[in-house]
Amino acid sequence: MTTHTHHLTRLTAAEMAQKLRAGEITSVELTQAHLDRIAAVDGGERGIHAFLHVSAEEALRTAAEVDDLRAAGGAAEALHPLAGVPIAVKDLIVTEGQPTTAGSKMLEGWMSPYDATVVTKLREAKLPILGKTNLDEFAMGSSTEHSAYGVTRNPWDTTRIPGGSGGGSAAAVAAFEAPLALGTDTGGSIRQPGAVTGTVGTKPTYGSVSRYGAIAMASSLDQIGPVARTTEDAALLHELIAGHDPKDSTSLPGEVPAFGEAARTADVAGMRIGVIKQLTGEGYQQGVLDRFHEALDALRAAGAEIVEVDCPSFDYALGAYYLIMPSEASSNLAKFDGVRYGTRVLPEEGPLTIERVMGSTRAAGFGDEVKRRIILGTYALSAGYYDAYYGSAQKVRTLIQQDFDAAFEKADVLISPTSPTVAFPLGENLDDPLAMYLNDVATIPANLAGVPGISVPGGLSEGLPVGIQFLAPIREDARVYRAGAALEKLLSQDAEPLWAQAPELAETEPEAAAEPAEAAAHPAGK
Amino acid sequence: MSEISRTDVEHLAKLAHISMTEAELEKMAGELAVIVDSVRSVSEAVSGEVPATSHPLPLTNVFREDEVGHVFTAEQSLLNAPDAEAGRFKVPAILDEE
Repeated sequence: MTTHTHHLTRLTAAEMAQKLRAGEITSVELTQAHLDRIAAVDGGERGIHAFLHVSAEEALRTAAEVDDLRAAGGAAEALHPLAGVPIAVKDLIVTEGQPTTAGSKMLEGWMSPYDATVVTKLREAKLPILGKTNLDEFAMGSSTEHSAYGVTRNPWDTTRIPGGSGGGSAAAVAAFEAPLALGTDTGGSIRQPGAVTGTVGTKPTYGSVSRYGAIAMASSLDQIGPVARTTEDAALLHELIAGHDPKDSTSLPGEVPAFGEAARTADVAGMRIGVIKQLTGEGYQQGVLDRFHEALDALRAAGAEIVEVDCPSFDYALGAYYLIMPSEASSNLAKFDGVRYGTRVLPEEGPLTIERVMGSTRAAGFGDEVKRRIILGTYALSAGYYDAYYGSAQKVRTLIQQDFDAAFEKADVLISPTSPTVAFPLGENLDDPLAMYLNDVATIPANLAGVPGISVPGGLSEGLPVGIQFLAPIREDARVYRAGAALEKLLSQDAEPLWAQAPELAETEPEAAAEPAEAAAHPAGK
Repeated sequence: MSEISRTDVEHLAKLAHISMTEAELEKMAGELAVIVDSVRSVSEAVSGEVPATSHPLPLTNVFREDEVGHVFTAEQSLLNAPDAEAGRFKVPAILDEE
């Protein structure tokens, strides 16, 4: 790998776009640099393994198209500002021509006959799609360890988790394998991986980005959003994928605000920032709290007014989430029955009735965490328990919305640590579902209320990234970009931005890496 | 401790169409009991007067014109089928032999 192409992967997406427009680099060059980087760091036993599938040919074809249009002049004016900037897509989002597994054996070898709306938007804007990224099976987890295709490693320390469920997207961006990625966030799956990998991730307002083509876990909570290294890059990608979609009945009508502009404003002077009493203190690592308080000091010094807000119902958010999410998931995942698509597994003995085939298919196709959530959801929805569990959880959801409403009377944005801990070692919480669930304690309230949230890097604790979360009222996503970008700017005044400080990864020679990377790239087989 | 028994899990697994071994049923019963205990506080947090929220945004009556849009061909629809015959999904026997 030459220094030149190595350098290309370390630019921000905004810088890449600018250099492409200025004709200083070509999209083919840029895309190849990322493919080389993937080949060098993603495969092998200790590789990052962010990708489940790499689509080099397709990505280079799109890149060449962009270069041809630019070379021809004229039409280049019509190109999207991010045209030619490569991107990775979480493997929960369906793509024509590339396999979609949702990290599950259930969808091994499945090829979607259609594109998700966000993927259509990427294709229209001509962003080369590098491939599909790893995740916890059906997005159920906080460490990407529940993927049926192996773990993804945190580029900051390859013995630790990259967060989840979107660990693949966050790790790909942190390891310079892609400048941008798409994620999905049901309880924190974009923000928590962003926090523990030192990158930026946004959960947009519910309905801001179409969910059409995102394999559903919990439909009233799921949201697609951008994953990037900088706030501005996330904002630019959010702008590209947002907008009303008639194919998603929960999609918000109305114009897409200028998120990129909000990020470039990066100003908190006079902004009222509310510290959520319930999301700090007990249960949070001291190192995380230290960085959090430093962030508050920096924001205060920059002219923000720091206030405290009380959201008493947040104490019940985790419980409500772990009733609502499994309930919706148990219903959404009923479609995986081995009849129309996906895996079919026949029972080893006994008569071959459809009911028994369904039972053995779902037994073999789903992993432990998915089964746990389906059974929990089935329990919460079953006769005699419905009112006590699902019904109560929905009422808590109302209380949480009311807490947010009251808090946003006193503050323009709210702030908290994104995750209570830094990245933990692989395997540490695997046998303790409850400990794993606690990772999402600070991110879940936003999903329950539908409000937007962002995680931006807040420095290091014991050499590992800490994330700071900003939350804003519904449809006010621009505020989280403005506040997030301001903090980003304040914290990198005297230092390199956090994403540039990640330790160098061991690179395998492209030739040597070609084979393992190829093997890792096709878990779905043929 | 919660009252979720191995028998309860067996019933739930049947409802959810997931075959489980004895060992899996035992393990799941233990795990579910812990999780259900931890979420129990939710039912104590609310009074009867609070309205339920099923969806974060108050979007109602989302209508569109009833027009034929893109449709998949039978061939496309069957492309991912585990088994197909004569342009149809092929499934095992619907009814038990008994």
